[in-house]
Amino acid sequence: MSQQLEIKGIPVAPGVAIGPAYKIGKEEIVAPKEAIKEEEIPLQIQLFEEALIKTRKELLGLQKKISEEMGKDAAEIFDSHLLVLEDRMLIEEVISRLKKERLNVAYIFSEVLKRYVTVFSNIEDEYLKERVADINDVGKRVLKNLLGKERKSLEDLKERVIIIAHDLSPSDTAAMQKKNVAGFITDIGGKTSHTAIMAKALEIPAVVGAQEATIKVKAGDTVIIDGSVGLAIVNPDAKTLANYHKVEQKLKELSKKFMSLKKLPAQTLDGKRVDIAANIELPAEINAVKQYGGEGIGLYRTEFFYMNRKDLPSEEEHYQAYKYVAEAMKPYPVIIRTLDLGGDKFISQFEIPHDMLPFLGWRAIRFCLARPDIFKAQLKAILRASVHGSLKLMYPMISGIEELQQANKILKEAKEELHKSGEAFDKNIQVGAMIEVPSAAMTADLLAKECDFFSIGTNDLIQYSLAVDRTNEKIAYLYEPAHPGVLRMIKKVIDAAHKADIWVGTCGEMAGDPALALILLGLGLDEFSLPPFVIPEVKHAIRSVNLDEARKLAEEALKLSTGREVEEFSHKRLRELLK
Amino acid sequence: MAVVKKKLIIKNKQGLHARPAALFVQVANKFDSSITVKKDKEVVNGKSIMGILMLGAERGSEVFLEADGEDAHLAIIELEKILGEE
Repeated sequence: MSQQLEIKGIPVAPGVAIGPAYKIGKEEIVAPKEAIKEEEIPLQIQLFEEALIKTRKELLGLQKKISEEMGKDAAEIFDSHLLVLEDRMLIEEVISRLKKERLNVAYIFSEVLKRYVTVFSNIEDEYLKERVADINDVGKRVLKNLLGKERKSLEDLKERVIIIAHDLSPSDTAAMQKKNVAGFITDIGGKTSHTAIMAKALEIPAVVGAQEATIKVKAGDTVIIDGSVGLAIVNPDAKTLANYHKVEQKLKELSKKFMSLKKLPAQTLDGKRVDIAANIELPAEINAVKQYGGEGIGLYRTEFFYMNRKDLPSEEEHYQAYKYVAEAMKPYPVIIRTLDLGGDKFISQFEIPHDMLPFLGWRAIRFCLARPDIFKAQLKAILRASVHGSLKLMYPMISGIEELQQANKILKEAKEELHKSGEAFDKNIQVGAMIEVPSAAMTADLLAKECDFFSIGTNDLIQYSLAVDRTNEKIAYLYEPAHPGVLRMIKKVIDAAHKADIWVGTCGEMAGDPALALILLGLGLDEFSLPPFVIPEVKHAIRSVNLDEARKLAEEALKLSTGREVEEFSHKRLRELLK
Repeated sequence: MAVVKKKLIIKNKQGLHARPAALFVQVANKFDSSITVKKDKEVVNGKSIMGILMLGAERGSEVFLEADGEDAHLAIIELEKILGEE
C-alpha cells in the first residue's frame, strides 16, 4: 500500500473531486524519415494540404465550441493557432524543402517546425515563448493528421478521471467535459493562466502550480482534489478517503437543493427583498453566475486585462469585453471596478518595483489618479459600453473625499470628450465608492454626497482595520471578519448610506458565510455580491428568516466582545433558524 | 501592376513583436499584393507571422517595406500606420 501523500498547489476552482489519476504526458510524435521518388512529390503535397485542411476544420470546430460555452475571450487563443496553421512562409518552406530533399512530408514538416521552435525559444521575449506553445500545439495536430493517427481524445474516456499533466494545452482543455474529467492538477500555471481560467469556467475542481505532481503521482493512483484550498491528496488512507467521500456527497446534495432556488428571489419570509449578485474576473464566468442564480454582477474585476502581456490594453479591448458582459447580463446590472492594481495583484508591464505596491502603497485609485491616461481609457470604455446594458462603475480604495472628487473629475472629462466626438453613453451612469479603508468608513457620510452607492470591500476593510496583512500566514488567525471593530464599522457605513438615501452592498468574502450574511442583512445591507458558487447557500439562508430575526441577530452580535463569540453565536442562530 | 517601396523606422513601442506583429500579418493578408519586409539583410514574407517574428525588429530599427500588385499603394499606407503608431 502506498503512503498517503499531500501536494500543495494554487487553488483555482473550488470543489472536491475523487478519482483515478490519468496522466497526459508531453506527447512526442516522431515522424519517420523516408525517401520518396520524384513522382511521389505531388501526392505528398496533396497529403500535406489535406492535413492542413483537416486541422483547420478541427481548430474552427474547437473555437466555435469554446466560444459558445465560454465566451469569445476564451476562444481567442485559437486565432493564434489558425495564424500559425495558415502561415505562408511555413507552408512554402515545407513544399520547397520537400521538392529539394525528396523526403516524406511528415518528416520535413516536423523538421521545419523544430527550426522555428528553436529560433523562437532562444529569443528573450514572453510573447514569443507563448507562441512556441501555439506552434507545438498546432504542429502536433498537423502531424497526427499527416500520419493518420487518431488523436487520443479525452472525450473517449470511460470513467471520470483526475488529469495529471505538466501543463494543459488549449486543445486539451477544450476537449475536457465534466462527464469524463472530475478534476485536474498541473505542475505549472498560476491563478490567471489559461488552464486556471478554463477550470473556473467549466467548474472543474483544479489545482495548478503543483510543482512535481507529474513526478509524484502515478497513473491509476487514487487522487483527491480539494479545490478550495489547492490541495491534492495522493493514495489517501481509508479514513481520509471516507471523509472526503462524505464531503463530496454532501456538496452534491447541497448543490441539488440549492439549484432549486435558482429562479427564486433573495427575499426574507416576510417579503424583504435584497439583491444577490456575483463577483467575477472573466467574462467566461457569466455562465456560472446565471447557473447559480446571480441577479447581476456586483464586482467585475478588471486587472485581468493588464496581466500576462507587455502592452497596455486599448480602450477598444476594454470596450469589447464590457459590452459583452453588459449584453450577456441584461437586464441585470453589472458593476465594473476600475483598475485595482497592487497589493496581491501585480502587473508586469508597468515595470514598477514590487515594493512600491504593497497593500499600503501606490496602488488602486492612487495609481489611477497618477496615471490619468490609463484611467481615462478605461472610464471611456465603460461609458461607451454602458449603452449595451445596465452598467455601473466603482473606484477601489477610496480613502477620503478628495480622491473621490478627483476620480469624478476625470470621469467628467471622459464624458465630455465622448460627448464631443459624438459617442453615445449612459449620462446618468451610477458611480460608487468602494469602502475598504477605515478612514472611508468613518467618513461615509461625507463620501455619500459624491456618489450613488457604496460597495464595502470586506477583504481589505478587514485587513486594514485589524492591521493584518492577509497574505501573511503567521498572522492569519488575527484576520477575523466577525471582529466587533469590523461589524461596528460596517454598521456605520450602512447607516450613513441610508441616511443619505443611497444604497450599499458588499463584495468581499465575508458575505459568503451565510451566518455573517444574516448579520449584514439585519444591519440593512441592500446588495450581496458573492463568488458565484456560494450564491445559492446565502440565498437559502436569507429565504429562511424574517427580517426581524436578522435584525435581532445583528443587534445581539454587536453586543458581543470578540470575533470568535460573534462567529459562534451567529452560526448557532443560523442552525436554529434553518431547522 | 505597381511596386511600392518604403523605408521607415519602427516607432511602435514593442517593435514588430507580440500583438503588433499579429496585426501586421492580418492586415497584410487583406491585400492581393505580395508584401515583403526587409531588415538588415534578411527579407521575409510580410504575410507570414513566423517570418515577421523571425525578423526580431525592435523599436527604432529601420525596415524596408515592399508591396507588389494592384493594391500596393493602399497596402503600404495601411501597414505603415501599424509600424508608425507610438
